[in-house]
Amino acid sequence: MLQYAFMRYAFYASTFIAITCGVVGVYVVARQFSFLAHTLSEIGFAGAAFAAFAGIPSLWGMILFTLLGSIGVGELTLHTDQKESSISAISALFIGLGVLFLSISNSNARYATSILFGSIIGVDLQDVYQLIILSLIVIVLLILVARQLNYDSFDHIGAASHHLKTGLVSLVFLIALAMSVSIGSQIVGSLLVFILLTLPASTARYLGKSIWSMIIWSVAFALIGVWAGLYLAYVTNWPVTFFISIIEVAIYLLAYGLHQLKRN
Amino acid sequence: MILDVHNLTMKFDNRTIFQDLDFQLQEGSMTALLGPNGAGKTTLIRILLGMLAPTAGSFQFDEHVKLGYVPQFRNIDPEYPLSIRSFIELNGPLFKSKQFKQEVDHELEEMNLTSIQHTRMGEASGGQKQRAYLAQALLDKPNMIVLDEATASLDPSAKEELMALIQHLNKKHGMTVLFVTHDVPLAKKYMKEYLYLDHGTVQAGKIADFQEVYS
Ligand SMILES: Nc1ncnc2c1ncn2[C@@H]1O[C@H](COP(=O)(O)OP(=O)(O)O)[C@@H](O)[C@H]1O
Ligand SMILES: [Mg+2]
Repeated sequence: MLQYAFMRYAFYASTFIAITCGVVGVYVVARQFSFLAHTLSEIGFAGAAFAAFAGIPSLWGMILFTLLGSIGVGELTLHTDQKESSISAISALFIGLGVLFLSISNSNARYATSILFGSIIGVDLQDVYQLIILSLIVIVLLILVARQLNYDSFDHIGAASHHLKTGLVSLVFLIALAMSVSIGSQIVGSLLVFILLTLPASTARYLGKSIWSMIIWSVAFALIGVWAGLYLAYVTNWPVTFFISIIEVAIYLLAYGLHQLKRN
Repeated sequence: MILDVHNLTMKFDNRTIFQDLDFQLQEGSMTALLGPNGAGKTTLIRILLGMLAPTAGSFQFDEHVKLGYVPQFRNIDPEYPLSIRSFIELNGPLFKSKQFKQEVDHELEEMNLTSIQHTRMGEASGGQKQRAYLAQALLDKPNMIVLDEATASLDPSAKEELMALIQHLNKKHGMTVLFVTHDVPLAKKYMKEYLYLDHGTVQAGKIADFQEVYS
């Protein structure tokens, strides 16, 4: 299948997406940000719809919206007791905006489907370069704050008692998360990108006992999901996102089951 | 003198937690900070650690003091994945040198955690978790350690084990200990001095002379 350029591009792109989402996911789960990752997916959808309306590439619309959204949601959830309701309200607002932008931009239904559910045929070489550069930026951001991010994500109270700048760490992480959502959406679609940001890392928690080992497991499961998903999508002509979801859920349930068995 | 507190006052909004506290701690002392729930013990500790600014007053540590701190609450749920060792290593560099690994080995041994270092923190017992918190704080190489309600949720044997370790730190390493608790019998057994915080004021003295004035 790799004799086709579009499949090669999809393969390269999804490899970097899986690595980025696999790494970021470990911190999403540790910081209990799964709900936020979900909301950012919806904000990403609105961003892509806005991009269609404004005539700019969808990736840039997504990055713009998810950056604003993650910082806004991050601030809001820090300063309110009603975390879930405020996130729901923001979700609703952005989905509404997304629907509006799509309808006034006169884009066709196919565009909407590919934003929401992802697509492997839309990726060209330039997109691949963009995704790789953005992935590297995310990874570099994480490396810059890695020590503090590790401590704060896995022992917030210990980190705070060492006077770590947990607010700054949180901000850098929210930026990295917003970018990961935008990158991931390019193949998986904005509706399901949160899968790559939560399930491989949740599975990794059952297997790894150190942050490094969790990152390795998480990236491995994300890669298995996107590679196998691409192959199966190519063979069956069914949506790649369907396969990725099924694979990640299956791996998660297996690890969960084994974990429970071992416990009892 | 290792710590000198002068006229320390703390208010949250308009509610006074304590007013004009004056006390000193001596180097190598073992002091119990006693007082009922809500008296302001944790608040006082957080001020001394520089995590909270007092409303008024001042305090001064000896310039050679290196503080270690074990906070009152930690959010470690039963599904928490890191091993005891990885948890302790959070208070260390990203890339671990041989020397750092040896320091971790040493603290694990000192806290009786070597044989269970690969147990997940979420699956560790209350006593094991407290010893891991203490080991993490000891990586800072403190000469004074502050523990906030470290024995509060432990069963009797785990309490004794932790207190013996704290006594060891004081005797063998000359570490100054400030131990926050509302368990008077335990404090009487292991500590030498007391500070009693209640109704916004503090009293100090030898623990043997401490009269239990609250129940
Ligand atoms: N950040 C805060 N804002 C307002 N009130 C607080 C804050 N922290 C503690 N308090 C109040 O100060 C009092 C003392 O609390 P604390 O120092 O935790 O007591 P203790 O540790 O002795 O049980 C309590 O009534 C508590 O509700
Ligand atoms: Mg307290």
